Order: sequence, then structure tokens, then C-alpha cells
Amino acid sequence: MLNKNPLWRYLVVLGVLLAAFLYALPNVYPEDPALNINASRGGVVSETTRAELEQAFAAANITAKAVTLTEGQILARFGSAEDQLRAREVAERQLGSTYITALNMVPTTPGWLRAIGASPMKLGLDLRGGVHFLMAVDMKAAIDKNINDMVQAFRADLREERVRYRAVQADLERGQVQVLLRSAEDVAAARSALGKNDQELIFSDGDTEHSLVVSLSENRVKEIREYALEQNITIIRNRVNEIGVAEPLVQRQGADRIIVQLPGVQDPAQAKEILGATATLEFRLVDNDSDLGAALDGRLPAGASLYRDRNGQPYLLENRTMLTGDHITGATSGYDEYSRPQVSISLDAQGGNLLSNATRSTIGRQMATVFIEYKPGEERNEDGTPVLVKYEEVINAATIQARLGRSFRITGIDNPAEAQNLALLLRAGALIAPTQIIEERTIGPSLGKENIDLGMTAIMWGMVVVLIFMVLYYKAFGLIANVALLANLILITGFMSMIPGATLTLPGMAGIVLTVGMAVDANVLIFERIREELAEGRSVQQAIHHGYDRAFATIADSNITTLLVALILFGIGTGPVKGFAITLAIGILTSIFTSVVGTRLLVNLIWGGRRVQSLPM
Amino acid sequence: MRIFSFNEPLNFMRFKMPALILSTLLVIASLATITVKGMNWGLDFTGGTVIEVGYSGGADLSQVRKVLADNGYADAVVQYFGSSEDVAIRISPREGIDQSTISNEILRALSATSSEPIEMRRVEFVGPSVGDELKEQGGLAMLAALIGILLYVTMRFEWRLSVGAVMALGHDVIITLGLFSLLQLEFDLTVLAAILALIGYSINDTIVVFDRIRESFRKLRDATVHETINEAVTSTLNRTVVTSLTTIIVLVVLFTMGGALIHNFAFALLFGIGIGTYSSIFVASSLAVQLGISREDMLPPPPPEKEGEGTEPLL
Repeated sequence: MLNKNPLWRYLVVLGVLLAAFLYALPNVYPEDPALNINASRGGVVSETTRAELEQAFAAANITAKAVTLTEGQILARFGSAEDQLRAREVAERQLGSTYITALNMVPTTPGWLRAIGASPMKLGLDLRGGVHFLMAVDMKAAIDKNINDMVQAFRADLREERVRYRAVQADLERGQVQVLLRSAEDVAAARSALGKNDQELIFSDGDTEHSLVVSLSENRVKEIREYALEQNITIIRNRVNEIGVAEPLVQRQGADRIIVQLPGVQDPAQAKEILGATATLEFRLVDNDSDLGAALDGRLPAGASLYRDRNGQPYLLENRTMLTGDHITGATSGYDEYSRPQVSISLDAQGGNLLSNATRSTIGRQMATVFIEYKPGEERNEDGTPVLVKYEEVINAATIQARLGRSFRITGIDNPAEAQNLALLLRAGALIAPTQIIEERTIGPSLGKENIDLGMTAIMWGMVVVLIFMVLYYKAFGLIANVALLANLILITGFMSMIPGATLTLPGMAGIVLTVGMAVDANVLIFERIREELAEGRSVQQAIHHGYDRAFATIADSNITTLLVALILFGIGTGPVKGFAITLAIGILTSIFTSVVGTRLLVNLIWGGRRVQSLPM
Repeated sequence: MRIFSFNEPLNFMRFKMPALILSTLLVIASLATITVKGMNWGLDFTGGTVIEVGYSGGADLSQVRKVLADNGYADAVVQYFGSSEDVAIRISPREGIDQSTISNEILRALSATSSEPIEMRRVEFVGPSVGDELKEQGGLAMLAALIGILLYVTMRFEWRLSVGAVMALGHDVIITLGLFSLLQLEFDLTVLAAILALIGYSINDTIVVFDRIRESFRKLRDATVHETINEAVTSTLNRTVVTSLTTIIVLVVLFTMGGALIHNFAFALLFGIGIGTYSSIFVASSLAVQLGISREDMLPPPPPEKEGEGTEPLL
């Protein structure tokens, strides 16, 4: 008999729909205003902190729905945004500046849904409000610094090898170093002397007589660029954590770009200042001759100042700096020959000389590394932006074992994590390529809310009008198409929630509205075909059968081309265009599924395989 | 209920030459407008800064302009955005300064001179290099989409239909761009997305008709090319109109309710789908006919000779 389907088909379709429904469900639950509390560098969040905080909230008459501690982070949920804001003040007063509080909206997905990994759709910044920055790393600066370092290094190398030169100069425009010499023999000697230390240099003859042009190999240039980008990403990640944003995103884009997304940040000016703040490093000798106790009492010896590390341990350091962080060209963590964690540091030529001179007569003394950073403090400027305060912190103190040069290492570090952190801070203080904001998109919180509401109303009314039209035009078959349309919406929502990278944006919502309009297309094709088959005098069962079969080829062809467009959009577009492409692509796939597979089962269930004289369409 | 019900195929091919002439004229006029008036490129492509601020008690544009002029932004374009409470301020790109801080300065100046608190609703800053890149990417996306479609349709159908389809698509896109140029509507990233969606929609429409043309060629053996195409277009007419109608209904909803940010997106699609529907009915197949399509081109390739065919069965 025609138009009978085995039970398993129904079960599969029902199963898919049920799964999509379950994964779409979390979007229905509202979000709680919440506070995220993290320890800033070195601090610890413990059960005690949590209990104290809970008491502080109670004392301030704020009812928290829950205050929980998970993975070193406290999450406090509140019933209203008002409570949330008051609670932040309480928490900041209670915990002080070693903790970072961030406002957040957390989903209230019930436990049984979370257990199957269901979570609500991620909303784009245009729907939830926040700041989006695109930052460009100044690669020219990174290369220039490298060329300048090379000049210094070449001079030293040539002197060491006793090759007499007239001049060594940087040609930043062309990214080269020119070495001017006096004779052809000197040129050859210089070439071998410089080539010995660095195999990756490219030598060529200069424009003038007896000169040598040295340029960086492509590989080296790539390394420099990669390093500058990675360094900036690490630093920006650290700074973003300081801003106190619940779910920040710092991501590389292309060869020299960094995307920074800070959901919920309402003050882009402050965010810009923090991201643009500079950090530096200084190496200073520890003053062991003076009395630390006396200094703690306020009697500072001449030529020294008091510093502390993050645990509050005091250090008395000489005011004279041995070296500043801008001479650092690299810092990596690793292990020494006894498998103990260590950090290897390399300096530029000038830094090497400075440190070499400074450590000539100080072997056996301690050298401290001070990290200096500007962070927004409690105080405010006249215009309400926070005043940047200078923070100085000793991040390491090690004994000088030998006269240090262009590369040295710090050993005796407690654990690998510590070494990693130290290397990271060293790199942060040695930023070689500045960044610049080249794109900003900030959406205020109220506009985000408005955008969601507008999008939802548009989707709803668009649906209602199409549903009414379909019933009027195709009667009972219109109802079936409508069931498919609703199923389609559930499938889109479910998929969008399931796919980790998918974010719903305003253009994405427009994409959904558009899919609603286009989703009926497949059904229209099928129904029109069935009408034609009936008009040609086929029996009802044959008309249904042929209608679906013939329409399928058309549906496949026409939708594959649209899908092709969606994929191209996704591949080439950025931001809003990508969001639109994702919903469009998902919408096409789900609408094929619901109309070709879903409605056919439904039609067969109702009219299939029995004696029917005519179809209600 | 049916919109159209015909016993005889309509003679669409009678309008072949008028349609082709009309379309050619429209395309030429659009290209002329685009060259003469140019596009009103949005912030995404020109670079610069847009700031949207909310005044809860209604905004006074002249006051806002005065504050901006006092702070050295006399060239700022100040407009209401969506309602009289929202003001959009657009600042053209500047040279030699860090442009990313312009928005901070302006917001500071505006809140300092306003008696009531103002609300920052939206800030968009696009650096000049980014604008150029987005333009390049957008053009590339459009080209890639058209070439992708050209290849797919050639593979699935026939080169004449493929060229017809892609030319009809180019026609839809150019005329929509021409309208945006004529009315000087702002062309930003969302409108670009709309144009690309239009490409997707319009090809969908054309393919449905072409699919039918192929089928009719195989079915109607004695009919002329014109008769066959008339029959195909007529029998898909209901579907073409119903689908366009539901999509247009939804777009009208989006246009009226989707908010100011989505306005131009909806408008581009609304107009584009109108043009796209016209071109799939009148232009795409006419082009294929002009390129000399015939029944032989549409016949399925002869089935490969099966192994063992023609031999007597053993048992």
C-alpha cells in the first residue's frame, strides 16, 4: 500500500524533535542577576570568604538566592538587579581590592537540564549589551625594535671579533641593518663574524662600496610577529580579568588583530583605559646592609625604599634600577638540569651590557624583580572615571650566582605554575609592540534589551501572519505546514543552543524571521505539486506519493544553492554577517527536515494508505 | 483556495523582449545612478564614529549641535534615531589623533552640559583600515556567492540556464543597489547581509522554475521552446507567488516592528524580493532562451550500457 511508513521513522522524527525541544527549553527560564567574585593575582577564595560574604549580605538586608563556591569562584544570585548592585558595594567593601567582583546574568536552568548539557543560547553583544573592541598590534614597532637591537648586537659582535667598522646603522624603512666597512677583507670578516651568531640572517651587498646589508629572514619576521601578538593577547587577558567582567572573550583574529569582548561593561571609557594601561618591570638590588625592621617602623635608609610581594612580605630595595623591562626580549618557563622549574630570560644587547656591568661586583647579592602597573583605583576623576594608581609588587627575588649577560635564568622557583606566572609577568612588563583600538562597538544595556524585545515581537508576529495565511490557503494541509513551521522554530532554537560557537545576534534574529517566511516554501512546493497531480487525474494516494517525490528534487536543488550562499557568508563575513549566516544555514537544514520528512509522515498518518476520495486542500 | 488557476499555459514568452529591454534599461539606470550619485556608505565602510545617546525627556538637536561645535566637532551629523528621545551623532574619520577616544570626549561633553542624565545607548567606531577591509570582504563575498552558484547550477543543469540564473541575480543586486543609491539610503553591513540573503532567496526562486523547465522539456516532446517554458513558468507560478507573498509578509513585519537598526535590512530584502520574483518569472528563462537553449540540451544523458545486456538468459 502506498504512503504507509514504518513505525521507526515516526520514532526517529519524534526523537529528534524531543531532543531539540529539551535543548531549546533552557531559553524559557529567566536569568538571575548575579555577582561573580574572583581572587585577583595571588589571592584565594575559600569557604570562609563565602560564609563571610553571605553574612555581610544578610547584615545589609540583601536576600541572596544562593551564594555558592565552585572552582575558586563565588557566585551569588539575587532576585533583582537592585539587590545585585547593592550587593556589589557590600562585597567590595567587605573583600577589599584583592578580589574582583563582576556583575553577571546567570541562567536558572534547572539541574536535570544541566545534567544533559543543555544551556540557553549565547546572546551576542548587540542583544545583551557590552563592549566589543578590535585591536591591532603595531607590528612595525615590533620589527623596528628588533632591528634596533640588531644594531646594538652587531656593534658588540664586531668589536669582539676585532673587525673595524665605519658605522652600523638601522634602516627601519626597509627593515635592514647597514654595516659600513673600510675594505673588502673587512666585509668578509664582518659577514662571518655576524653569521656565526645567527644563522638566520640574510646578507647582501650594500649600495656603497665596502658595505653589507643585513636583513631578517622571513621565518624570523614571522616569529617576531607571532611573539608580539601572543604577548599582547596574554597581557590583555590579564587586564581584562582585572576589569571584572563575567565572561570576557579575548581572541586572536588573523595575523595581527585581537578581538576583545566584554559583555555587560557599561563604561567603555574605563575599559579602554585599563586595556591601554602600561606595565613595566624593574630589576633592583636588595639592600641587605640596612635594617628591615627599622624601615618597617618608618626609618628608611638613604637610597632604598620598601616594597612588598603579593603575600605582604617586605623587601628593602635600592633606589637605583639595574635594568628596566623594555630590554627584555623574551621570557619562557621551563626546567633546569635537575628538573626544577626555572625561567629563562633574554635581553637585548644594551640590556645585556647594562646587566653585565651591574652584576660585575654584586655576585652573591639578591636581585629583586619589581612589577609596576597602573590600575584604576577607588578614587575618581572629576568626570567620574577612576584615577589610575601605580601598583608596585616584588614578583621575584633571586641570588646573583654569576655575572649576568644577554641571557640568564632564574632558578629555585617553587613549582611550574609559579614559573609560568613569572614568565608571563616578565613578558607583560616587556611589551614590545603597542596596540591600538581600530574598531569599537558598544551597546548600552537598555538598547540590548530593546533589541531582544523587538526581535522577539517581529518573530512572533511574522509567525502569526504566516500561520493564518497558510490555513486560509491550504486548509487542513496548511495546518500541517504550520505544525512543521513550529517544529522548525523549536529545531532552530535547539540547534542554536546546542552548537557551542553559535551566538544569537540581531541580524541572526532577522535570519530566523526570514527563515520563517522561507520555511513554508518547501511545503508550498509539495502542496502545489500534489494539487497538480490531482488535477492530472491521479488517485489521491498516488498524488501524495508523486507530489512528495517530485518536489524533493526541486527542494534539494534550490536549498543547496541557498545553503551555499549561507556558507560563503559564514566564511567571509565577520560579526553580524556571521550571526545571520549561522541562523540562515540552520534554518535551511531544519526546514528541509521538517517539510520533507516531517510533514510527509504526518500526511501519511492522516490520509495515507486508505480510501480517500479527495484531499482537504 | 488558489491564487491562479489556468487551463492553458500563459504566454510569458510574449513578454520576453519587453522584459529584457526593461531590465536592461533598469540595470543601466542603476549603474548610472551608482556612478553619478554614489552609494551612501555607512560607518562600517567609511570609518568614523557613531554615538547614539538617549535623552529621557526628548532631545534638543540644536543644543546637541552647539555642544559638539564648541568641542571642535562642527562637522558632526546629528539626527534623531528612531524616536525624538534618541539622537545619533556621526563623526567622520579624523587624521593624526587616536580616534578611539572621540566617543569618550563627546559623551563627557554632552553629559556635562545636559541638565538631565543622558544614556549611552550605542557607540560604534570603525578605523579607516577596517572600513576598507570590510568593503573588500563584502565585494568578495558577493562575487564568491555568484561564482559558487554559477558552478553549482552549471553542474546540475546546463550552462545556458546557469548563465541566465547568474545574470538574473546580478540584475536583482544591481537594481537594489541602484535604489539605495537613488534614495541615498545608508548602506552598512546589515544591508550587505540583506543583499547576500537576497542572492540566496532569488536563486532559490529561479532554480524552482528551471527545474520545471527541465522537466517540461523532457515531458512535452512536440512543443516549441517557447511553449515549453510558458508551461513551466505557468505551473510554478502559484508556488512562486505564494512563497514570495509569505516572505514579503514577514519582511513587512520586520520592517515595521524590527526597530531602527534593522530598517534598511528589511527594506533591501523587501525590494529585492519583489525584483527577484519578477526576474525569476520573466528574466532568467528569457535570457536562457536568448542564449539558445533547446530541448536536446535538457534530455537526460543516455543510460550506460548494462553488462550482459542483449545476451540470452542462460536459464
